[in-house]
Amino acid sequence: MQKRNHWLPVLGVASSLIVLGCASVDSSADIDKLTQQIVTASFRDQGIAKVDRLKQDESNAACSAADVAGKPIDAKLSAKIEADNLKTVQWPAGGKFVGDWKEGEKLAQNGRGMTWTDKIGDANGGNCYNCHQISKQEISFGTLGPSLYNYGKIRGITDPNSPEAKAIVEYTWGKIWNAKAYNACSGMPRFGHEKILTEKQVQDLLALLVDPNSPVNK
Amino acid sequence: MRRSTKGLVPFAAVATMSLLCALQPAAAQKSTADGIAEYREMLQDGNPAELFEMKGEELWKQKRGPKNASMERCDLGKGPGVVKGVFVELPRYFADTSKVQDLESRLLTCMETLQGLDAKKIAATPFGKDEQKNMEGLVAWISAESKGLKFNLSQAHPQEKQMYEVGKRMFYMRGGPHDFACATCHAADDKRIRLQDLPNLTKNPGAAAGFGAWPAYRVSSGELWSMQRRLNDCFRQQRFPYPGYASDATIALGVFLGVNGKGGEATAPSIKR
Repeated sequence: MQKRNHWLPVLGVASSLIVLGCASVDSSADIDKLTQQIVTASFRDQGIAKVDRLKQDESNAACSAADVAGKPIDAKLSAKIEADNLKTVQWPAGGKFVGDWKEGEKLAQNGRGMTWTDKIGDANGGNCYNCHQISKQEISFGTLGPSLYNYGKIRGITDPNSPEAKAIVEYTWGKIWNAKAYNACSGMPRFGHEKILTEKQVQDLLALLVDPNSPVNK
Repeated sequence: MRRSTKGLVPFAAVATMSLLCALQPAAAQKSTADGIAEYREMLQDGNPAELFEMKGEELWKQKRGPKNASMERCDLGKGPGVVKGVFVELPRYFADTSKVQDLESRLLTCMETLQGLDAKKIAATPFGKDEQKNMEGLVAWISAESKGLKFNLSQAHPQEKQMYEVGKRMFYMRGGPHDFACATCHAADDKRIRLQDLPNLTKNPGAAAGFGAWPAYRVSSGELWSMQRRLNDCFRQQRFPYPGYASDATIALGVFLGVNGKGGEATAPSIKR
């Protein structure tokens, strides 16, 4: 209960900082600092969602700043962020990329996990249909991301375990594991990197996209 | 997020079906979004938010709290007791508190100064409980008194400008395990999650349509949700930690959305699935 009330007194501090800061037109750096103070004073832990989630890594900080400025991120910085994120991709043990597409479809449907109303140990979903068209059967899909219908077919995958398919299968794995390895400011969660999904879950999602027997490629 | 999408398919099906039944065959070509809009319009006729509005008007006039006073001298920005038109100018700067306040943080100030109620305690009360239930009524009535008026938030005071800039940074702040920001879902036209249309909150008509519809009656939960509660649930779905009720982060976001919605019409309290 004490923790719950914690932000209110802090709020007073934040507002006196505002008054101090408003003598003239504020620089962008001043506003950045003020935003940090306000964020710190405004949020608190709740369930599994702790305030450390507000701490940004290099990619998030750079992409947020670019959005605020209304300009695309600097090309050099973008390349660096992508290279750094690519280094974090964990490739599957024993080289097994492709799992069970039926399990993958369940994961793609499941939008649960990691909110303050979820508990530790609750299984996380992939949230995929929230943003992507995937199979043709599911008409309730989002449009924030590109359509993934016929993902493997369009790319000519007939056997996902063949040498010909290796490059695209690896890319798909990397994209699900850490989308920012290929697009610094991607809006897609970094499912492996942020430990949202396990290695097995990523295998199953990958199967959904590339397995010729998956409804995605029918 | 599953919670919010689960009911949607049957809902959309009902909306589409009622369209098919009610209209000429040619109208069946209408999009799902049109169907949902029409469904909302039909519901609007008997919006239960009206019950909250009536309760809110009573609460405004009722003597309550340790000081046994009504809210009738509360200044929401256009002078003590003026309710009509205030909603479309909030959040704004208030000289007596030296702060930019939204409707709900301003009501807390009045409840404390006029009625002697404990603002901190009310802010810490879960949504839908105790004094927060009274807040639902108050925001329903006060917003309804500006229905049809156009948003016109002031940016004249330096702190109002500052809070817009802070709100912008809040809106674009990527964080949490999913790297989401408000902008992930609300910064482009014609996007949707599952079948739910997402307003582009960076400009009109999205900003006014999104910001100007709350408070709203939620059919799915049978509750009236204030703007603070709407933002709170957005942050939950974003996988962020918990935003304090009436905290500066939420007020700054309100300034950003409200200013972006300038010229758009207030439809609150609206009705939502």
